[in-house]
Amino acid sequence: MTDQAYNFAYLDEQTKRMIRRAILKALAIPGYQVPFASREMPMPYGWGTGGVQVTAACLTPEDRLKVIDQGSDDTTNAVSIRKFFQRTAGVAITEKTAEATLIQTRHRIPETALTQGQILVYQVPIPEPLRFIEPRETETRKMHELEEYGLMHVKLYEDIARHGQIATSYAYPVRVEGRYVMDPSPIPKFDNPKLGGNAAIQLFGAGREQRIYALPPYTDVVSLDFDDHPFTATKADHGCNICGSIHSYLDEVITDDQGGRIFVCSDTDFCAERQQGTAA
Amino acid sequence: MNIALTGGFADPARDAAHAFRAVTEAMARPGMILTVTGANPPRISAAAGITLLTLCDTTTPLHLAGATDTAELRDWIAFHIGAPLVTAEKAAFALGDWRSLQPIDRFPQGLPDYPDRSATLIVEMESLSNQGPRLTGPGIQHHAHLSLPETAAFRANAALFPLGLDFILTSGDQLAALPRTSRVEDN
Repeated sequence: MTDQAYNFAYLDEQTKRMIRRAILKALAIPGYQVPFASREMPMPYGWGTGGVQVTAACLTPEDRLKVIDQGSDDTTNAVSIRKFFQRTAGVAITEKTAEATLIQTRHRIPETALTQGQILVYQVPIPEPLRFIEPRETETRKMHELEEYGLMHVKLYEDIARHGQIATSYAYPVRVEGRYVMDPSPIPKFDNPKLGGNAAIQLFGAGREQRIYALPPYTDVVSLDFDDHPFTATKADHGCNICGSIHSYLDEVITDDQGGRIFVCSDTDFCAERQQGTAA
Repeated sequence: MNIALTGGFADPARDAAHAFRAVTEAMARPGMILTVTGANPPRISAAAGITLLTLCDTTTPLHLAGATDTAELRDWIAFHIGAPLVTAEKAAFALGDWRSLQPIDRFPQGLPDYPDRSATLIVEMESLSNQGPRLTGPGIQHHAHLSLPETAAFRANAALFPLGLDFILTSGDQLAALPRTSRVEDN
């Protein structure tokens, strides 16, 4: 069977229409998780099947696709999803944030500011921010309906009681337009300030959990906190060992078995651009 | 040739992809007017026909309001889309001009625990322009203007949030959208 034997972007048209209707309702109700009939994809759950389905429903033949995994274009998940859409949709690809029209991401927002006309698609493992507090879907749905979000603040308060500060460092809950509490997917809380007021469309796809949610551009997104323990976007207190940036989110890399370690940008495109800029 | 059989997408996957991107941009940026191409439906605007082809199928109950409910369009929808035609109270999508869609509170507004289960109204307009009522809200950086047919009904709809209807406004080959989150004020 040839690659052309697939429909454009792999999914059949009826499936795409179902996903597209969910995306539009998600944009109309920012932060609310719209149920959708997630399909089996030719990759296991946990490998970004939700993001892949949202991307497949949004792609046009003229798109330039970028895929990142923890900020990197080179990791297995990013490479395999990029190749999947190269084969099934024939779209152009890029590693440059500024040149991409559609970016699928696992657990990072690119350092380079996004612009109008770009779509950022997140892969989401657990879309329900209240799930680890209340395991029953019937209850969490009722809690969203009634804006009953006190338990979420209790969880953050327990962090303070135990650690002296809010220790939640990723998947940090946010409130969207003063209404729905939303899980921003496991991005580091360093990235939370980029969720609100972003010029790009942000779409979130959870394949196993069958939910799609969205943030339209310039949406009001507030990270939950307390007056006496305000939200802070944290990162490792270092500069990047390669490009020297003191403003980007860093990965800690073990370099030997003697305890040696370096800190490098998690966003590989951002780091490479800076290296070229300093070399030139 | 029977007109019901013509006027659909020539290349359904790619035409629908282009159309959906336009509808997405419109819904994400209320007030933005976009142009769509690829279909030629009978007796309704190209943009309305393209929206139906892109979003509707046998699983989406559709209501045709007023003058849009013609034999030609019913045949065209039966052949290209297959959507069951229903009364306003059961509709997931509805098509018509603003007057024939009234009163809009008869369409499903969504449920408190499932606000996504509300109707999307495709409103046929004489024309679309960025003059008229002032819009603010998600998707709009400062403010936008859109030639809405009125303001009171949209304000009442926005007050239902998170329930409420969402609107796609069509004219010729142009479309714009107004989600329930947009705050509408008289100019």
